[in-house]
Amino acid sequence: MARTAHTSLWQRWAQDDQLRMILIFVPPAILVFTVFVMMPMLQAGFFAPWKWSGYGPAPWAMNETTQTTFGRWVGDRNFERMLGHSAFRQAVWNSGLVIAVSLLVQLPLALALALMIYRTSRANTVFRLIFFLPYILAEVATGLIFAFALDGNYGLSAWLSQLVGLEEAWFPLAERPWAYYSILAVLVWKYFGFHMMIYIAGLQSINSELLESAEIDGATSWQKAWYIKIPLIWPAITVSIFYSVLGALQVFDLVMPMTAGGPSNSSHTLVSYLYNFGFIRLDVGFGSAVGVFLFVTGVVFALAYRNTVQRGQ
Amino acid sequence: MSRMFTWADAARIIVLLAVSFLILMPIAAAVLGGFKTNGELRVSPFGLPEVWHLQFYGEILGGRRFWVYLGNSFFISIMTVGLTLVLGSMCAFAFAQTRFFGSRFLFGYLLLGLMFPVAAAIMPLFLTVRDLGLLDTAWGVILPQVAFGLAFSIMFFRTFFKEMPSELFDAARVDGCSYIRFYFTFTLPLSTPILATIAVFVFVQSWNNYLLPLIMLNDREGYTWTLGAMDFRGEYAAEWNRTLAFVSATLAPAVVFFLAAQKYIVSGLTGGAVKG
Repeated sequence: MARTAHTSLWQRWAQDDQLRMILIFVPPAILVFTVFVMMPMLQAGFFAPWKWSGYGPAPWAMNETTQTTFGRWVGDRNFERMLGHSAFRQAVWNSGLVIAVSLLVQLPLALALALMIYRTSRANTVFRLIFFLPYILAEVATGLIFAFALDGNYGLSAWLSQLVGLEEAWFPLAERPWAYYSILAVLVWKYFGFHMMIYIAGLQSINSELLESAEIDGATSWQKAWYIKIPLIWPAITVSIFYSVLGALQVFDLVMPMTAGGPSNSSHTLVSYLYNFGFIRLDVGFGSAVGVFLFVTGVVFALAYRNTVQRGQ
Repeated sequence: MSRMFTWADAARIIVLLAVSFLILMPIAAAVLGGFKTNGELRVSPFGLPEVWHLQFYGEILGGRRFWVYLGNSFFISIMTVGLTLVLGSMCAFAFAQTRFFGSRFLFGYLLLGLMFPVAAAIMPLFLTVRDLGLLDTAWGVILPQVAFGLAFSIMFFRTFFKEMPSELFDAARVDGCSYIRFYFTFTLPLSTPILATIAVFVFVQSWNNYLLPLIMLNDREGYTWTLGAMDFRGEYAAEWNRTLAFVSATLAPAVVFFLAAQKYIVSGLTGGAVKG
């Protein structure tokens, strides 16, 4: 492949089919990715210190006649407002709760169930399908079903209220701590199957001779699980922790049908907070500030996690 | 391996059945709820209906709106899948087969997308889509979905392409096969497993997506079924049986699709996820 300065671009295009392939295959993906992922992400950083409704030119553009910009520079006031807002702190706390519940309840549950049904048998296949089913249901559909089940006039809640003889029906989704606890419970319901499948894949790849020799040495099932299986699928566990933390930062779809953030903004997650206080009010600067917070949290976690827990994997 | 039936086995079965019950009960209640009148729903939320009322499902399935929503969701999902597969596999092919100036940098640049939560950029993304004149069009949802799915798909495609035997490529080169022809005649046909796996995941994600359509679509004619379901709930706030019928009617395609594609879903989870 002659790449001297004499050959014109056109000649290179005609001769070098590798170059031709690269020039046709790579730019479309890069373009779409840049326009719809990278640019908006960068713009969020630029918009964050402005008060701007999103209409007209960029907030920092000058209007020659009136000598004003289209947005108002507010510096770090968007961040101050956000950090001082009780609903925001609640949203951060709530998103933290998702992480806590998934680490302390969801993942152990998924692991325990994976250990019970990872061997291939017809019954186990059926259980696997059932446990994985919630994962493929849309969050919106799941949220609506549970909004029904937890409605004090209908469903599970009404039934429980009658059972214990409450005079007034219990509306968990309209009561302060319970609204969010309900969302947490549904999150576990919906996502444990996903993590379970990751563990099952790991467990199935364990060399069976290892387990047999442990058995000959008299190891109990508990010992085999604790000393052999769990250490061997540790890489899978770290992957599932990674997914559940990054996923926790993005919970939104379930919140809307169940509580829409209520009562009195007590059940917002970071994303539903952003939607309500940034998007709905067309406060581009404020929404971007929340977006930057979300972005920084996600990236810092991802980098820290890759460089500590997942180091060398 | 024959073992004695032990208490541990019994406990295991009880736990598994209990979990299955907790999962299936709400779904069953929703499906059955669509056959009950609202009054009956209040009294017996989980039992079988006394009389099977077909009119609630009938009104939804016989109406036009439900099918418009499903059609919109289907168009958006299919287009998202198609574009993600085409753009992602072409780009990954270039990264897998060649090293060119800046290729490592570009690959790293695309992988940054793995860390970004879609929601973080939602305000500027909305403005971008608006300025491109794509608000209230299916493309306003499709293109961002493709863009956010590219990082994942390119990573998976590249790994898969790299594992293909290089002898094949060398032999084809000797016979004068160009890169582009090699991609179409060998790489793509040999990659059906990974294409199918990625297609299934992208499809499910797009089908279930709520945030992007919520931001981008205002006109009811363009609503996806997730928006339609929420809209329906708002409209019939006092009639849970209708909302349950609507939701259950949308579950059917999802469950059928899942059963048909479970092989690819499982291989996607096991293959990619564990290698990370």
